[in-house]
Amino acid sequence: MHRDSDRYRMFSRRAAIFLGGQVLLLSGLGARMYYLQVVEADRYRTLADDNRINLKLLAPPRGLIVDRFGRSLADNRQNYRLILTPENITDLDKTLDRLAAIIPIGPNERQRIAREIKRRRRFNPIIIRENLEWKKVARIEVNAPDLAGIGIDVGESRYYPGGAAMAPILGYVSAVSEKERTGDPLLELPGFRIGKAGIEKTQDLALRGAAGTSQVEVNAFGREIRELQRIEGQPGAEARLTIDYELQRMTAARLGDKAASAVVMDIHTGEILAMASTPSFDSNAFKRGFSRAEWRDLISNPRAPLNNKAVVGQYAPGSTFKMIVALAALEKGVITPQSRFFCKGEMELGDSTFHCWKRTGHGSMDLMNGITQSCDVYFYEVAGRTGIDRISAMARRFGLGARLGIELPGEKNGLMPTRKWKKRTKGVSWQQGETVLAGIGQGFLLTTPLQLAVMISRLANGGRAVEPSILRQLVPFGVPEPEPRELHQFPEIDVNKNHLRIVGRAMARVTNSPIGTAYRARIKNPEFRMAGKTGTVQVRRISKAEREQGVRKNSELEWRDRDHALFVGYGPVRAPRYAVSVVVEHGGGGSSTAAPIARDILTEAQRRDPSRGRAAYLGRRRQPAGADEG
Amino acid sequence: MSLIPDRQRENTIGRKLWQINWSFVLLVALIAGVGFAMLYSAAGGQFDPWSSRQMARFGVGTVAMIVFALIDIRTWLRYAYIIYLASLVLLAAVEVTGSVGMGAQRWINLGFINVQPSEIVKITLILALARYFYACRVEDVERMTYLLVPAAMLVAPVYLVLRQPDLGTAILILVTGITIFFLAGVRAWIFVAFGLAAISAIVPVWKFVLLDYQKQRLLTYLNPESDPLGAGYHVMQSKIALGSGGLFGKGFLAGTQSHLSFLPEKHTDFIFTMLAEEFGMAGGLGLVGLYLLVLVYGFFIALRSRNHFGRLVGMGVVAAFFYNVFVNIAMVMGLLPVVGMPLPLVSYGGTAMVTLLFGFGLLLCVFVHRDVAISPGTADGNY
Repeated sequence: MHRDSDRYRMFSRRAAIFLGGQVLLLSGLGARMYYLQVVEADRYRTLADDNRINLKLLAPPRGLIVDRFGRSLADNRQNYRLILTPENITDLDKTLDRLAAIIPIGPNERQRIAREIKRRRRFNPIIIRENLEWKKVARIEVNAPDLAGIGIDVGESRYYPGGAAMAPILGYVSAVSEKERTGDPLLELPGFRIGKAGIEKTQDLALRGAAGTSQVEVNAFGREIRELQRIEGQPGAEARLTIDYELQRMTAARLGDKAASAVVMDIHTGEILAMASTPSFDSNAFKRGFSRAEWRDLISNPRAPLNNKAVVGQYAPGSTFKMIVALAALEKGVITPQSRFFCKGEMELGDSTFHCWKRTGHGSMDLMNGITQSCDVYFYEVAGRTGIDRISAMARRFGLGARLGIELPGEKNGLMPTRKWKKRTKGVSWQQGETVLAGIGQGFLLTTPLQLAVMISRLANGGRAVEPSILRQLVPFGVPEPEPRELHQFPEIDVNKNHLRIVGRAMARVTNSPIGTAYRARIKNPEFRMAGKTGTVQVRRISKAEREQGVRKNSELEWRDRDHALFVGYGPVRAPRYAVSVVVEHGGGGSSTAAPIARDILTEAQRRDPSRGRAAYLGRRRQPAGADEG
Repeated sequence: MSLIPDRQRENTIGRKLWQINWSFVLLVALIAGVGFAMLYSAAGGQFDPWSSRQMARFGVGTVAMIVFALIDIRTWLRYAYIIYLASLVLLAAVEVTGSVGMGAQRWINLGFINVQPSEIVKITLILALARYFYACRVEDVERMTYLLVPAAMLVAPVYLVLRQPDLGTAILILVTGITIFFLAGVRAWIFVAFGLAAISAIVPVWKFVLLDYQKQRLLTYLNPESDPLGAGYHVMQSKIALGSGGLFGKGFLAGTQSHLSFLPEKHTDFIFTMLAEEFGMAGGLGLVGLYLLVLVYGFFIALRSRNHFGRLVGMGVVAAFFYNVFVNIAMVMGLLPVVGMPLPLVSYGGTAMVTLLFGFGLLLCVFVHRDVAISPGTADGNY
C-alpha cells in the first residue's frame, strides 16, 4: 500500500493543481462576463437596440393645390400597385407567365424583376406596376389563388383634375433623381416624388410636409415584428392659387392647339387669374412614365409643350410696346400729344429704309392716331427723338426687362437694351437704326407674356407698380382657417398721370374706334368694353427683292416664318379690373389672331369677375385710366 | 446479480442506491433544469420542440446514470477496452455511413437512434486510459515505451474525429487524454517536450504539408472574425447579447437578441449567451457557480476513491466536463474560436446529454464503490 500512497500523493497533488487551473479559468470567464456585461454594457445595449429597432420614415401626404375658389387642382388619389414578394414565390417564371395573361410583361421587365429579386431581401416586396386600373386590380384579386406572392397594395399618387390646362402652372411630380438627393432621408423613400416643374417645384418644400417616423422592431433578417412607436408626419401645406380654374380652362381651350400663351391678371392686386400655355402636357401622364418615343416627342416638339411660355417664352413686344415709347417721349418732352409726323409708308435713315406696316402710308399722324392705327413711321420718328436709354428706362418702370418674381420656375428676364448694354455684351456701339426699330418694339427687345400683362396692368391701374403673383396663400395643415393675405398697396410709378390718361384713351380707341387696328375684335357689350393694343412681330428678315415683288402673306409662309401675333388689353374701360396679354407664336397678325382671343378671354374674365369681393375698392378709389373715353 | 462478486454481496442494490450521492444528482438536475428553462425560452415560451424532448432525454439519461452507477466498478474496469473499441468502431463507421450535419460527418444511425460517436468516445477513452494506468507504478509511467500504448489509444479517436472533420471535438478529446496522462503521473518534462515539438512542427507542416484550401480553412477556424458575415457575425451578435444583458438581464423570455434571431444557434451552442442576456451577469455567474460545484464535487469523489481506477475515471470525467463547459462559454464570449461545442447539460442535444450522464454515472459509480480496493490483475478477472 506504500506504493499506492506515493501514487495517491502524486495524484492528489496533480488533481489539486488541475482543480486550481479550473477555478482560475472559470474566474477568467467571470472576469470576461464582468467586462462585457458591466463595463461595456451600455455600448452593447445600444448595439442591441440598433440591431432590433429600425426607424422607418412615413411619407407625409403631399399638400393639396386649390384654385382661388377652393377647387381642387392637385390632390392625392389611391394608387393601386402590383407588388411581388419573392419569398412567397416558388416558381418565378410560372407566376410571371400567369400574371402576363392579365398584365403584359415584356422580357425587359422580367429581367428587371429578376435583378431586383437578387438585389433585395426576399421578404421585401418589389413594385411591378403602378396605377393599376380597377378592372385589372379586380382580375388579379380573383386570380389570387394562382398568383401566390403577387399582391396589390394601395399607395398615394398625385392627381391633377385640370390635366393639360393646368399643367404649365402646376408642373408635375416624379421620382427623385440621384442629383436631387440632399441627404434628406425622405427623398430616399422608395416611391417618393417631388415637384419637378411649376408650383409643384417652387413650393415643393411646403407641399412636401414633414415625415413621420415609425419605430419597428425587426428580427435578424429584417422582417418587421411589431411597431414600437409611431409619430405621424405632418401633411404638406395647402397651396391656394390666385387662379380661377374655370377661367383657366376657358383660356387654355381658346388658345387651342396653337403655340400660344395668355395671361389674365387683376390689375390692382397682381393676382394671376389665368395663365395658359399651349400646347401643353398632361401632368397625370408623369406618374405612369413615358416611353422613350413619347418623351422625345415632348422635348423636341418645336411648340415646346413642356415650357410655360407665359414666363419662359421671350418675344419682341412689337407694337404693344408703343405705349411705352409714347410715355418716354412725352416725359422727355420731345413730343406733345399734338405733335404730328407724316407717314408716307416708309422712313429713310442713312442707307436704310424703315417700312410702315401700311405700305401706302397713314398720312399725318398725331399720338392718338399713331397708337390707334399703330403707325410705325410715327413711332420711328418718336423713338429716334427719345433715345433708347429713356425708352428702356420707361419700359423697366412698367415691369419689362427684368424678372418679376412670380412663384414659378424658370422665369425669364426679357431684355430692354441700353447703349451700355450693347457696348458691354456686343462690344459695338448702339446704332440709331436700332433705336428706330425699338420704337415699334422690335430689334433686341424681348418680353415675356407675363411682363406684357404686368405692363398693361400698370398702364391700366393708373401707374401703380403692381407685381404679379400666382400663389395666394400657403396654409399649413391643421391650422385653423387663416386670415386672407393682406393686399398691399403697390407703390406709384413715377409717371405723369396725364400722359397715362392720353395713352389709355388711345388704347380704348384701338378697339373701339372704327379706324382702330382691333376694332373688329372689340367687345360689344358696353359694360365689358375693352381697351388694348395689337402687335405683330416679324420673325424673319424681308429682303429688298421680296419687298419689290410683294411681301408674301403669312398664310403663304412656313409656320416657323410667320409673324408672332400679340395683343395686350384690359377691361372694362370705365373701371379697369382685368388685364390680358396674348402671344400666339407664328400666329400671323395681332389684330386678326391675337385680338379675338383676347376679346373672348377678357369677356369671360369680366363675366365671371373672379376678383369680385376682393378689395374692389382699390380700383374704384382712383380715377381709372381711360375712363373719360367716349 | 452475476455482476456483483461474492465478496461484495453485502453491497445489495438497495444499499448501493442508498450509497448514491443524491445531492450530486440533484445538482445535475438543477443544471439540466436551467437548460429546460432556457430551451423553453428559446422556443418563444413553449415546451415544444426542444424543452419537452430534452426533459424526456434527461429522464431516460438519469435512469441510465443511476444504473451505470450501480454496476460494479470492477465490471467497468474489465470491459473498459471493449467499450472503448466499440466506440472506436462506431467512430470509424461514421466515416463510411455517417450522414453529414452542419457541414461535417458526425452522426451515425443505429436503427433506433442517431448517435454522435465523437461524443461517446470522450468518455470511453477515459475508461480505457484509466484501465491502462490503474495498476501502473510511478516508475512505469516515467518510461517512454510504457506510454506508447496509451498514446496510441489517444491518437486513434483524435485522428478519426479530425477526419470528420471536427477540429473542436478532436482537440477536446486530445486535451482530456493529456489531462489523464498528467494525472497518471507522466513527468512534466514530457509535456513540455511534446509541446515544444508540436509548436516547432507547425511551421514546416504549414509550409510543406498543408494545401492552400486546408490552410484557408484552418485560418477561418482559428480566426472567425476574418469572416465577418459567417462565424464572426455570430460572435459579435453573441457579445452584443451578453453585453446588453447587463447585470441582471432583460428578463425571462425578453432577450431581444435571442428572440429576434440575431443570436444564432440559441438552443444549442449559444444557449449560455441567451441565459446571460435574459438573466444578466447574475444568471451567468450562477450557472458557472453550479458548474464549479459539480467540478469540486467530482474532485472530492475522485480523491475519496480508494482505488486508482476510480480516481482516474472520476477526474477524467471532471476534466471532460470542465473542458466542455469552458470551451463553450469562452467561445460565446469571443475568447476562443467558434468550434461547435454544446454547453453540457443545458444545450439541446441527445447524444451530448446521454454521454454526459453516462460520464456522471461513472462518477457516481466511483463514489458508490469508493471503498472497493482494486489490486492489479482485477481487470483480468482475478479479484
